[in-house]
Amino acid sequence: MLTEFHDALKDPAAYGKRLKEEGGRKVVGYFCSYTPEEIIYAAGAHPFRLFGAGDGIHLADAHFQSYCCSLVRGALEGALAGRFDFLDGVVFPHTCDSIQRLSDVWRMNVRGHFHLDVVLPVKLNTDSAKAYMTDVLEKFRNDLERKLGTSITEDGLKKAARTFNDIRGSLKRLYELKSENPGIVSGADLYAVVKASMIMDRDRVVRLLPGVVRELEKRRGTGEGEEGKRLVLAGGICNHPDVYRVIEEAGGVVVWDDLCTGSRYFEEVTEGGGSPVADLAGHYLARPVCPAKHSGLYARAERLVEIVKEKRAAGVVFLFLKFCDPHSFDYPYLKKALDEAGIPSMVLEVEDRLPSEGQLTTRFETFVHMI
Amino acid sequence: MSQVLLYLLAKVKKLILHFKKQNKMKEIMTVYYMEAKSARVGGRKVAWITSGGPVEPLIAMDVIPVYPENHGAMIGASKMGVGLCETAESMGYSTDLCSYARSDIACATVNGGPIGGLPRPDMLVCCNNICGTVLKWYEVQARYFDVPLFILDTPFCHVGFAQEAKRYVRKQLDEYINFLEKVCGKKMDHDRMKEVGKLSLEGQRLWQAVLDTTANRPAPMSAFDAFYHLALIVTLRGTPVVVEYYTQLLAKMKDRVAKGVGAVPNEKYRLLWDNIPIWPRTRWLSQKFAAHDACLVADTYTSAWCGTMKYIDENNFFDSMAEAYTRIYLNIGVDEMARIVIGMVDKYRVDGIVMHSNRSCKPYSLGQYDIQRIVEKERGIPSLMIEADMVDERSFSESQVATRIDAFMEVIKQRKS
Ligand code: SF4
Ligand code: SF4
Ligand code: SF4
Repeated sequence: MLTEFHDALKDPAAYGKRLKEEGGRKVVGYFCSYTPEEIIYAAGAHPFRLFGAGDGIHLADAHFQSYCCSLVRGALEGALAGRFDFLDGVVFPHTCDSIQRLSDVWRMNVRGHFHLDVVLPVKLNTDSAKAYMTDVLEKFRNDLERKLGTSITEDGLKKAARTFNDIRGSLKRLYELKSENPGIVSGADLYAVVKASMIMDRDRVVRLLPGVVRELEKRRGTGEGEEGKRLVLAGGICNHPDVYRVIEEAGGVVVWDDLCTGSRYFEEVTEGGGSPVADLAGHYLARPVCPAKHSGLYARAERLVEIVKEKRAAGVVFLFLKFCDPHSFDYPYLKKALDEAGIPSMVLEVEDRLPSEGQLTTRFETFVHMI
Repeated sequence: MSQVLLYLLAKVKKLILHFKKQNKMKEIMTVYYMEAKSARVGGRKVAWITSGGPVEPLIAMDVIPVYPENHGAMIGASKMGVGLCETAESMGYSTDLCSYARSDIACATVNGGPIGGLPRPDMLVCCNNICGTVLKWYEVQARYFDVPLFILDTPFCHVGFAQEAKRYVRKQLDEYINFLEKVCGKKMDHDRMKEVGKLSLEGQRLWQAVLDTTANRPAPMSAFDAFYHLALIVTLRGTPVVVEYYTQLLAKMKDRVAKGVGAVPNEKYRLLWDNIPIWPRTRWLSQKFAAHDACLVADTYTSAWCGTMKYIDENNFFDSMAEAYTRIYLNIGVDEMARIVIGMVDKYRVDGIVMHSNRSCKPYSLGQYDIQRIVEKERGIPSLMIEADMVDERSFSESQVATRIDAFMEVIKQRKS
């Protein structure tokens, strides 16, 4: 049932290339889940999320210091090594200071595809920010039309919103099923589905996901009786590593998350009502906020505590990528909010790759026993 | 023998000059901090504001602006950074975060540091034209002090200033005024605002003129002096005291130029500094370079407070703030930064560049390698990259930096001979 998702993730670039060659589709790479992928899709192109390469960074060392996060260094490495040559364009939404500079350095050093910045507002909770967000998305639409030589129609945008809403809806349903019956699917499998949904042909994804939902619904009640300690995975790494198996082996189970390749991506859908672009703007303003953006002083902590309570979780595992400013800044206040609500938490800071498995297991085991 | 005498004489002169200047500056800054600390007694409000933020409306509203970043620099210069950074780390803040933010966040809770902490804010004004760090930092402080926070969101200008960004920032300037009027409980006096705008621009012009004097050979002051004199254009921009101070300073520098007095007694080599100073080590660095007869004649940092004058409309300061505050040095693309650096290389006729790769400051430091390459290619001058931090001395290895400076100066000397 999940092989297609896992296959796509084995070699995302190969998947992208195939889609381009066989489907005759333009492929547009992007960073960060604030990229309005609906507009890329509505242009008839394929939105392809780029994740850091992680392994062996050499070429990028000539451009970025070691205190730059490995997502950014890894992404540049991939580009300089020619791994993204198949892309027709790359989109950089404005998020953190490091991605901001990645965009500059990429524009100056990587050739062969178009480069678009989408300078989103940082503040999301005011009327003027909403007007600006709409302006920026409209501009992105025009830019894309020009770069891709197509036209993006209102109907196309509406259809895109529906497609992505359906994808998000299905992902959310999968999470709910997992949360209610943690045994029916492994955390790693679920994560693969979410991640692959950002890489694969969306028309395919939107058809595949309901099948996965049905399959999991069938499995309900059949899952093994033994359940691990219910945990929420939080914080963030733009591309978080697969820690699910180790957590499960240590006696825990991830029943929800606050991650951008997770619930922050699918929790809100695009509501209709205005012009398609304004509706999309509304969506990107309303979705659960990333710490690189501002939407009130307590929004993230309130949401995290709520998730834990609603999902009856026993604790929170924070995952951070070393050198990631926005997420590190939020940690003390999120931790405090959890402490005050009597929710135990642990933190794991990841550098280029995960710590050794033995080390990880010990840490998770200690935490799971404690809660 | 006479050489040595001359050298000593110049040194003494320099010390005296330094002392005189320092007194005046010290006086102004002491009065300023005393006023800020006793604001409540005088019935005035205090706003914390980011170093790149538009301070003029605050001055016009008679609010006292306080700069946590300037505070961070003071903490660094007084070598209290490590202790405070460690406190922040024990509060859960990662060692990799900006050390201004770390030390200020820690300082607020312990009222420590060189001036016993900053006066409590009545409001916070955060302009993200310098980085995303300030957004997070001010969120932390807004929660800690439980005071209103205004965010001026200045979209990043990768390749220019977009129309929609202009509209957005301009609109926010009105929101800023509304915010101030609400917190202060009084209306903005727009005539006063115009006045303040004029003074601000005048201050900026004078500051630029002061910096320009170092285009002379020998340079009458060095970047290290500029780091010191900078405090006023940052903190009191828009007030008459800045205009007065820089007018005098400019006269002094012109006088030194006329007399041929250099900041470095025997200036042979001229260098450009990039990035924020290494505050706890400015003196050491200054002496280190001077010992090689090298003067850091200019820098990309202190000119940031007068770098966007071309966007300011003298007769409509308020409206033009939108562009001037959005297009500052740290809010533009790496290629445009490189062009500015090349412009400075030419203007100040430097023989090399010293770049501080500052762990604390990602928007300033990420991209430096590319700037370095571009400048080396276009102007054929060598450059040195020093790995350090502006406040946290744990990231500074004196012996390593000394060796690298010596080696770099060898290259410079060989090229010049
Ligand atoms: S964590 Fe934030 S910055 Fe990173 S990809 Fe997600 S939304 Fe973007
Ligand atoms: S948000 Fe963090 S992990 Fe993501 S690119 Fe920025 S620094 Fe890296
Ligand atoms: S990150 Fe850089 S620009 Fe931002 S506050 Fe720190 S030193 Fe200043």
